Amino acid sequence: MSEPAPDLRVKLGALELSNPVMVASGTFGYGPEYANLVDIDRLGALVVKGIRMQPTTGNSTPRAVEVASGMINAIGLPGPGVEGFIETYIPFLETHTVPVIVNIWGCTIEEYGEVAARLDQVDRVDALELNVSCPNIKQGSTMFGTHPEMVEQVVRHVRERTRKTIIPKLAPNVADVPRFAQICEGAGADAISLINSVPAMAIDIETRRPMLANTTGGLTGPAIHPIAVKQVWEAAGAVSIPVIGMGGIVSAKEAIEFMIAGATAVAVGTANFSDPTVSLDVIDGIAEYLSRHGMRSVNELIGSIDLRKG
Amino acid sequence: MKTDLSKRAMRAERAVVTRHELLYGEYRVLQMHVPAVARAVQPGQFVHLEIPGLDDAILRRPFSVFKADDAMLSVLYKPVGKGTRAMTSIRVDDEISLIGPLGHGFPTSHDVAKPVLVAGGYGMAALYLVACALKSSGTIFMGGRSAGDILCVDEFEAIDWDVRIATEDGSRGTRGFVTVALDEYVAGLPDAREVEYFACGPNAMLKAVCDRALANDQKAWLSVDRHMGCGVGACLVCVQRIRDPESRNGDWHWERVCSEGPVFESREIVWDDDE
Ligand SMILES: Cc1cc2nc3c(=O)[nH]c(=O)nc-3n(C[C@H](O)[C@H](O)[C@H](O)COP(=O)(O)OP(=O)(O)OC[C@H]3O[C@@H](n4cnc5c(N)ncnc54)[C@H](O)[C@@H]3O)c2cc1C
Ligand SMILES: Cc1cc2nc3c(=O)[nH]c(=O)nc-3n(C[C@H](O)[C@H](O)[C@H](O)COP(=O)(O)O)c2cc1C
Ligand code: FES
Repeated sequence: MSEPAPDLRVKLGALELSNPVMVASGTFGYGPEYANLVDIDRLGALVVKGIRMQPTTGNSTPRAVEVASGMINAIGLPGPGVEGFIETYIPFLETHTVPVIVNIWGCTIEEYGEVAARLDQVDRVDALELNVSCPNIKQGSTMFGTHPEMVEQVVRHVRERTRKTIIPKLAPNVADVPRFAQICEGAGADAISLINSVPAMAIDIETRRPMLANTTGGLTGPAIHPIAVKQVWEAAGAVSIPVIGMGGIVSAKEAIEFMIAGATAVAVGTANFSDPTVSLDVIDGIAEYLSRHGMRSVNELIGSIDLRKG
Repeated sequence: MKTDLSKRAMRAERAVVTRHELLYGEYRVLQMHVPAVARAVQPGQFVHLEIPGLDDAILRRPFSVFKADDAMLSVLYKPVGKGTRAMTSIRVDDEISLIGPLGHGFPTSHDVAKPVLVAGGYGMAALYLVACALKSSGTIFMGGRSAGDILCVDEFEAIDWDVRIATEDGSRGTRGFVTVALDEYVAGLPDAREVEYFACGPNAMLKAVCDRALANDQKAWLSVDRHMGCGVGACLVCVQRIRDPESRNGDWHWERVCSEGPVFESREIVWDDDE
């Protein structure tokens, strides 16, 4: 008789996922964009593009440039606003079963709270990821993500306005990631996610002009993976709430690495652009790995790093 | 955004290369067996190709469909950068991952009194299916730096299109920009308003066609080229400023070239200052 398939279920606060593999905010639209290419209901969760109260236009073009093993983007968080999101995308999402995590942001602490309170009333939304770390918003979010008091206030304020699972998304460009993780846990977060894109810049040497209209942007893709592994490992060691690892996943290998470092779940971002079904391959690859290593549940993998010397 | 994304014909397929060779000057034709996509192609649509052997470059590259039938789809390209240079090592029988057909192409089912195509670079390939689909043939203006940049003349002549060529160095056709030849042609028409343009080429060419369409009260369908990430509407990298239809004070919004475009009518487009 063959071994039963390994148990891939994980929990983020009250939210149970059928498997630990989600798609990262901003790399998968709101769902319909990839629905013709990917069986989205197989995903552990779908994290939609960042939403604030009002519709937002975003940055000028060029908004992205390809660099070695990654890309730098400065999209500028365009979006339909919370009401536009509910009206346009919730009907589509209601025809699917995948857990939905809405990535939210605001220019003030109060705005985070308002968006959270509005989405609290929407049954189809399972959790909120709080983007306090986008490098492309000049006022507001960057400041939030790098100031411990601001992060604490955002999380506390959102906690008061919703009973849904809340997941602050940390900035990678701070000196002390564990401290930020602990602040989030103390302020009532159910989980934390990291890393967001890494502040970056590219210049055209012939014209001596920046490659992006926004001058600077955020680096994503394989180039940031080792940075992310270290930060996930540090964060997971500092808190008892689940950590969601992301940054440069292109196959099951990077996802497994995050989980060994302590991540309960992972998110695939930039790799969706080149291979829309990569997340499904990551799910299958994790299951195959667990079987090969005689693990019955993905929980045996989480935080299983062996730090003995020699 | 006006596109209902969940109703698109696009799919991701493994395409098998059936032909890959130099066709005109530095331009190569890459033909692939990929029936499910080829059958669904509309004129002006594109495919997003994963180029093998790109090493540390992680994104796909978009290519307009040159020809498509029940089984085969081909694109025409010139090596200009990392991706297109790596493409030259693709061999017959290789498998390539392809997503398509993508975007909203040119409208071709309506009656057009005087169709005028204006093409530069790969635009000459991108407009071939438009010429095939339009109900009546017309005139195509091709522009390039020199004779080696002029493509597909035989293809257009074989379907009874009047081909007019302009090169900047005068090595083929009239000397100068394609707009010089175009302006002469339009000036000789009894009613210039009968002209409807279908254009694909460098931004400066599109802008020039746009200016003429506005000045002469003509329609112009322009296929714009923007750097792309996902190609399917998710990343918001490829956006173009589009005029708000009802606005009187120049309000605009972004639309995705990969999804609402790449073809827009000239009156919709708000050009950037440096275009
Ligand atoms: C709708 C559409 C249809 C097209 N059809 C054709 C066609 O039929 N034939 C053809 O030859 N070409 C076509 N192109 C252009 C083709 O995709 C480019 O030639 C190709 O992207 C350049 O790739 P490369 O890797 O050779 O050059 P690269 O070395 O990648 O780039 C050349 C320059 O463009 C920049 N760049 C390229 N891609 C991106 C990106 N995604 N994001 C940011 N910067 C970028 C680079 O930074 C560099 O400055 C089309 C483009 C579009 C948008
Ligand atoms: C085009 C693009 C748009 C993004 N938009 C958002 C966003 O709206 N909110 C957010 O929190 N993160 C956003 N991100 C960051 C990703 O969610 C993710 O944290 C990052 O890309 C790292 O993962 P990766 O290396 O797998 O792409 C975006 C990333 C990209 C490439
Ligand atoms: S290329 Fe991603 S939205 Fe158009």
